[in-house]
Formats: sequence, structure tokens, C-alpha cells
Amino acid sequence: MLAHLAAPRTRGLLALAAFIALLPLALSNAYYYDVAVLVGLNAIVCVGLNLLIGYAGQISLGHAGFFGLGAYGSAVLTARFGWPPVAALGAATAGVMALAFMIGRPILRLKGHYLAVATLGMGVIISIVVATEDRLTGGPDGMAVPPLALFGTAVQGERAWYWLTGALLLAAVWLALNLVDSPPGRALRALHSTEVGAEVVGIDSARHKVMVFVVSAAFAAVAGSLNAHYAGFVTPAKVTFLHSIELVTMVVFGGMASTFGAVIGAAVLTTLPQLLTLFKDYEMVVFGAVMMGTMVFLPRGLVPSLAALARRTRP
Amino acid sequence: MSAAFVQYLLTGLTVGAIYALVALGFSIIYNASQVINFAQGEFVMIGGMGAVWLSAAGLPLPLAVVLAVAAATLVGLALEKLAVEPARGAPVVVLIIITIGASIFLRGLATIVWDKKLHVLQPFSGDAPIAVLGATILPQSLWVLGVTLLIVLLLAWFFGRTLLGKAMLATSHNRLAAQLVGVNVRSLLCLSFGLSAALGAVAGVLVAPITLTSYDVGVMLGLKGFAAAILGGMGSGAGAVVGGLVLGIAESMSAGYVSSAYKDVIAFAIMLSVLFFMPSGLLGKRASDRV
Amino acid sequence: MNFRRALGCLTLGFALVAALEPGQALAQEPIKIGTFLSITGPAAFLGDPENKTLELYIEKLNAAGGLIGRKLQLVSYDDAGDAEKARTFAKRLIEQDKVDLIVGGSTTGTTMAVVPLVESAQLPFVSLAGAVVIIEPVKKWVFKTPHTDRMACEKIFIDMQARGASKIALISGAGGFDKSMRAECLTVAKKHQIEVIADETYGAGDTDMTAQLTKIKNTPGVQAVLNAGFGQGPAIVTKNYRQIGMKLPLYQSHGVASKEYIKLAGEAAEGVRLPAAALLVAEALPASDPQKPVVTGYKREYETRFKSEVSTFGGHAYDGLMLAVEAIKRAGSTDKAQVRDALEGLHGYMGTAGVVNMAPSDHMGLDLTAFRMLEVKDGDWVLVR
Repeated sequence: MLAHLAAPRTRGLLALAAFIALLPLALSNAYYYDVAVLVGLNAIVCVGLNLLIGYAGQISLGHAGFFGLGAYGSAVLTARFGWPPVAALGAATAGVMALAFMIGRPILRLKGHYLAVATLGMGVIISIVVATEDRLTGGPDGMAVPPLALFGTAVQGERAWYWLTGALLLAAVWLALNLVDSPPGRALRALHSTEVGAEVVGIDSARHKVMVFVVSAAFAAVAGSLNAHYAGFVTPAKVTFLHSIELVTMVVFGGMASTFGAVIGAAVLTTLPQLLTLFKDYEMVVFGAVMMGTMVFLPRGLVPSLAALARRTRP
Repeated sequence: MSAAFVQYLLTGLTVGAIYALVALGFSIIYNASQVINFAQGEFVMIGGMGAVWLSAAGLPLPLAVVLAVAAATLVGLALEKLAVEPARGAPVVVLIIITIGASIFLRGLATIVWDKKLHVLQPFSGDAPIAVLGATILPQSLWVLGVTLLIVLLLAWFFGRTLLGKAMLATSHNRLAAQLVGVNVRSLLCLSFGLSAALGAVAGVLVAPITLTSYDVGVMLGLKGFAAAILGGMGSGAGAVVGGLVLGIAESMSAGYVSSAYKDVIAFAIMLSVLFFMPSGLLGKRASDRV
Repeated sequence: MNFRRALGCLTLGFALVAALEPGQALAQEPIKIGTFLSITGPAAFLGDPENKTLELYIEKLNAAGGLIGRKLQLVSYDDAGDAEKARTFAKRLIEQDKVDLIVGGSTTGTTMAVVPLVESAQLPFVSLAGAVVIIEPVKKWVFKTPHTDRMACEKIFIDMQARGASKIALISGAGGFDKSMRAECLTVAKKHQIEVIADETYGAGDTDMTAQLTKIKNTPGVQAVLNAGFGQGPAIVTKNYRQIGMKLPLYQSHGVASKEYIKLAGEAAEGVRLPAAALLVAEALPASDPQKPVVTGYKREYETRFKSEVSTFGGHAYDGLMLAVEAIKRAGSTDKAQVRDALEGLHGYMGTAGVVNMAPSDHMGLDLTAFRMLEVKDGDWVLVR
């Protein structure tokens, strides 16, 4: 049952759409909608990051950098230069994609831990620049961002944002699923299992790796822009190493090489801190223990492990 | 001008020595198990905070230091047994997440066992600055440099001359072959964690009088130590030391001559440039893939 | 298959959502005071004593019979210094926990993130953060208790003038507090005939500032040094200052006004001056000082209960809570608009920070007399006459 999620696109998408449509029945006030919107935005980033980590087998510990650049790009263009928000979002995303393309080529020549550290370094550099150039970015305390305006009307309120984020998440998932099943997607999966082997059959691994890097950066930038407009402000905390780690954890937790796993990972790990407030002083200890425990006992991530369990118990 | 240069150099060496110790910890564990232990910074924290707490409880400083290092070693062994060993064979990313979870867990534990405040440890031999070529250096910095050198020499002797050390190196070259000649790979893995934890704790104790310590001092130190290990070439002991010193001096010089706001950017940029031209780090072995 | 999958997801979703539901409603509605503080994270220095203070005094107030015949209930969340977490928790306080008023926001960043929320929810909010931007321009529902960083700069500059210094060096860190105070100091310097001829910065989590201090040492004409910083940085700056043999007067900000700073900086702290609330020298105040009863009372309560040194940040939380309590008492209800008006009308109220005179154009209410200039002597704070 669960295993089927990973395969046929339409049925999974329909299930997700149904869930998004029906969830508001359980959301009784604006705070719940708020958490749902944050889950949705994180899920968009994770779906893109999953393409890079799960399918292409690369690693990025600096994706918060792209998220943050998308957020700050939108913030600066709308607040300081008066651009219309949709144009700012487009420009910021284009800028991030260009940056990802430029750094992607040299960075993706590295492998394993070296790649991890290079992406980490990239993320740290972006976060320091953003926090230091305070005339432009408002510095460590961040800056306020005007609301998002679509076709002339402002998108205000948690409910409106919920529907917008839900629609965009469906679009992101659909894009990702399409990419995975397309020739470039198959090329990516080939080079994940053996890069040399893939090159032997004629796949240009460098080009494909850069492509997926740029695509995942684009997802992150769009989510970042939206986040900035939704929250009404942006701070360098969104660009830190810790946020990058959170994103990677969401992807791994949900299940690498599983788009829906990425969505579920984002959902669980975004709502978890809200639940952990029960633990007061023990919040950090419990969170760390949960992270370790789930990785030790479910190393393939939640969705693939549950799918495997389902397959085993089927008669 | 040159007195300032000497000042920057001395600062860079002190800071670099600490990065080197942390980087050595990363390298030792990586060599034994291909795991990057993101909780390495927390061992530094346990060493520093433990020594502070024990000496505030009345124990004489040398005893407090020894016990703090021993405690960190135990934590390292526990980490290996409880979190890393059960996840043997999992993909690299999963192991990274496990050690990150461990670092969050340890930090949370530190806030409960100790507190969230900053603490200072008394310097080992006073804090009257010593004048050197127009610049000043604290006696504690001399301790840092001296002990680091001693540890590097000890480790070189350990890995080069003792059977146990050579067994660890053998495991890093080829795990299966080492097992075949009778090396107990599992207990070596445990030992590597314990050794790295001890190294980290020593670094923490050495540096607590200068830089202060608190429950989250391990985060930045762990990150920079990791970057230093990569810069020097992951898995190479000499690389870890060189990487640490280069990173420390680059930071210090950038702060002095370029811009103190961007010194971390410059340090990481240097690391990135080295990696672009030498993808296995300064002294790392050239990686070869089995096809 | 997909129906079951969807159902499974929905169940999981409902379960998650149900876990977030608040507890049972109490028989007589208690007065809910909401707070979001940086109890962990880089600003734990601030949030931890603030949280402890709020808990302590709500307990005491309840033991003494509550407020306008109702019990007080504190709903507290830890934002770990993250502005977005603060925003989500503030939303939770407003929408889910339905608090009557918020006393919180340890840092400027977290406070500013929440300002639009309280303004649109029309809920009184007393911030515990320092930057002048919180109350300038004045926002209808936002008040604050700590002195502004601008006031700290002015107090320091006045003292520098008195000591004959007119050319000074500035060294600050990368945090929000540091940057804000640095900007304010640069703005008001000219008004006090002070010229800033060297301006160095260090990064967050830096452990050595000798490079920056050496540059200052080598700048000719510097007569005094101001470290606009907070947290770990100033202690290290102070130690490094002594290490490289600098003898010029060193001033710190009110951000390190605590015994902790002296302990961390050790002997190097001797002679350092900073502006702080009278709370730090409570015992040394003359009996005639109008602040003495309030500050000695708070100091005694806090130190007895928590066995650790009192901090001015805890004092800000005390002031915030007491102002809210006073406002509710005067309004006679928890009606948000009435409480807000009562807050705005408070005059002559004595807090740990000083005497508070709120006004429609001034939602902080403190003046420069609220700050005392202190100096470190023999490992303790003394008043500079």
C-alpha cells in the first residue's frame, strides 16, 4: 500500500491534494494555519533538496544559503527598491539559479565529505555577508518585508497563505515526480549508483549534477521568497548552518529518494518543536534523542521503512 | 607594523592549535570508520565545562582536568556504542544526522547538568602577559601550543611505532584486510571515539581560560575544526595539524589586515579555493574510486 | 489504497493537531500572561533570568491572593533567540492560548518580529529588549521596560567628556544589540563633542580580539575606548585589552551589567566603567534613594530563590510584569484596550530600572537619571559619584 506512493505519480498527488483540501477541518485557529504554512514552505525546499540528496546522491549542507538569498532578494527588492513582489520573486530566484550554476560546476567536482564541507562553507559565507551588509539587509536583526501581492491584491492572513502554499507544494511535487521519471532523472539515478559507470554509457555527469543543484536551489529560493513575505520579515537566522542541517534532516528523516517522504519529513520536523515545548528544559535533549533514535532504527527514513514494513506484512 | 604582525601571528597560532586538536579528533574517527563525528565540538565543551565545574566544586585544578577528560572519553565511548555501532552500514548522510542529533542531545544535557551561562577556568600558570618581539602572548597560549605539540608527537609515535596504532591505520586503509589479519575492528572503532573525545576535551580544557566556555562553545569550534580537517586532507594527521594552523593564521591575519567583520568569510573562502584546486585537501591522499 | 493512505495521513494529521490542544479550562478564568523569551540560545544570558523572574513573581502574586480577585497564569515559550520561532510562538499565545497580555521578547530581533502581530491583534505588549527602534516611532500597543541603547551611549559620552576625552575608539560585535548600539553611538557622538576615530568589529563567537585592539592601540590620538557589545565578546575584549597592555579608560555597555562579566573578565575588569540600573549596587545606595526599596527587595527575592547573582535583565522582566499588574489593577479588568490605556497613563512608577513616566509619545518612560555610572573596583560594582 505505502510502497505504491513512490511509484505512480497521479495517485500520490491526488492523495496529497485530498489531504491539503481536507486538513482545514482540523485547523481551528490561525496558529494551526501558521504551522501548516510553515510546513508547506519547508516541504517545498525539501522536495527540491531530496532531488539532490536522494536521487543524485550528492549532499548539500548549505541549502539554507539559497533559501536565505531568495528571502533576502525578495525582501531587498520589494522593501528597498519598491519592486512588485512577483517580479522580485522571479528576479531573486533567477539570481539564485545563476549563482548555483556558477558555484555548482567547481563544487560538484568534489565528493563525499569534501562536498559536504564545501557546501557548508558556501552557506556560512552567504550567512556572514547577509548579516554584515546591514545597510542593505538590516543586519543581524533583519528587516521588514511588505506582503505578497498577486494580481494587484495582497495575500494576507494565514488562510489565504495556506491555500497558496498548498497549491505551490502540489506544483513542486508534480515537477519533482516528473523530473525523476524523465531521461535526466534516470541519468541522475544512474550516476548516483555509479558515476563512472554512468559516464561509460555516455551520461555527462557534471552537467546533470549541476542541473539538479540549480533546480534544488530554485525550489529553495522560491520557498525563501514566500517565507519572507509570509512572515513579514527576514533575519539571518534563516541562512545559518543550523537551518541547513534542519533541512537535510527533514529529507533524510522522511526518506531519501522519496518525494513524498520529503514532504512528510518536513511536516514532522516542523511540528515537532511545537510539540516539544511540553518538555520545557528537556526540549533539546528530547529533540536530539529523537533525531538519533529515528536514524538508528529507521536509517532509510520514515516512508521507505514503513513501505518495507507494509510489504513484509502483506500476505 | 611588524609588532602587529607578530601579534596576529601569535593569536593565529594559538587559535590554530585548538582547531588542529579538534581536527585531529575528526581525522582519527574518520580513519577508523569513515564517519564524520559532528559531535566532536561537544567533547571540547565537556572538557572545558567539566573542568570548570569540578574545580568550582573544590577539586585541585590538575585533578579536575584529568577527570573532565576522562568523563569526555566515557561519553565518546558511549556515543560509539549506542548511536554509531547500531547504525553500521547506513549511508553517509544518515551517520551525519546521527552525530548531529548526538551533538544536540549533548548540548541539551549540558544545559540541564550545568547551566547556560558563560564560565571561565583559571589559567594554568597565571595570566601575566609575556612580551615577545613587541607583541604579547598569554602564558596559557604557551600551554596550548606546547601541549598540542606534545600530543602531535605522541600521536605520531602511537600510530607509527605501537602495534595498536598501526592496527588503527591498517583498518583505515582496508577494513577487510585488517580483519583478516586478526585486528579487532569493532573495538578499535570504540577506541577511536574514545581517543578523539579525549583530544577534544584536552583542547577544551586548554582553551577555556582564554576563550571562556559555555554549553554551546562546541558548535563553532566543531565547524571550524571540521573545515580545518578537510582543508588539510581528511584522514591525514599531519593534514589536520597543518589545516588547523593555516585556518587559524588566515583568520587572524584577515582580522588584522583586511576586515574583522569578514574574517570568517576569508577563512572559508581560502578553504573553498584550496578544495577547488586540490579536491582531497592539502595533504590528503588522492581518492580513487572502485568502479 | 490511496483512500487508506489518505485516511492514514489525515489521522496522523489530526493526532498531531490534537496534541497541540491546550489543557482543560479552569473554573474561574485566570489572567493569562503570555511570554516568549530566549531561554536557550545566544541570548540565554537575557532570557533565563527573565523567565525565572516571571515565574517567581507570578507565584508570589498568586500566593498573596492573585490580581483583581483572579489567579495569574504564565504561558511561556522559548524562542532560542530565533525571530521566526518568536513569531510563531506569539501567534500561538494570541490565537491558541488566548493570553490577555504579553510581557516578553528578550531581544530586539524577536520583539520586532512580533510587533505587527500584536498591533493587528490589538493586544498590549511589554517588550524586554533594548533597541530604540522598538518605541521609536511609537506603536500603539507596544511598550518597553529597558533603557535604550541610545541612552547608554549618551550616559557614557557624558562621563567621557567629564574625564576630558574627546577622541575615542569604538569596538563592537556582530550581534543585533552591538550593531544597534554602535549605530546609535555614532549618531549621538557629535552632540556630546565626541569624535570616533577608530571603529573595529569582531564576529559572533570570536575568541580573540587582540588583532582589533592592536589596530586601536596603533591609532594615534585615541583617549578612551567603548566596547558596544553583549555576551561573550566584551569579556574577551576586556581580557585582551589588559593582555596587550592598554591603559586608556575602557567603557562597556549596559549589556554586560552583571557580576558574571566581572567573574569572566577577572582582574582585567578593574577600572572598567559602564552605565547600569541601580539594581547592581542596591546595597550601596544611600537610604534616601527612592529606588532603594524596590531594588533591594527584588535582589533579595531573586538571590534567595535562585542562589545566583541578580541580573539587570531579570530586573527588566520584573518591571515589565509589575507595570502590567499595575495597569490591570488600575483598569480593573483585563480588557485589552483599557489595560493599554492604563499602561500609557502610568506616572511616577518606581521600577528596578528607574522611575517610569509613560506618555502617548513615550512608551518607555525612563530618562537618563535611570542610568547610574558604575565602575569595577576590587571585583565588585561601585557607584561613580
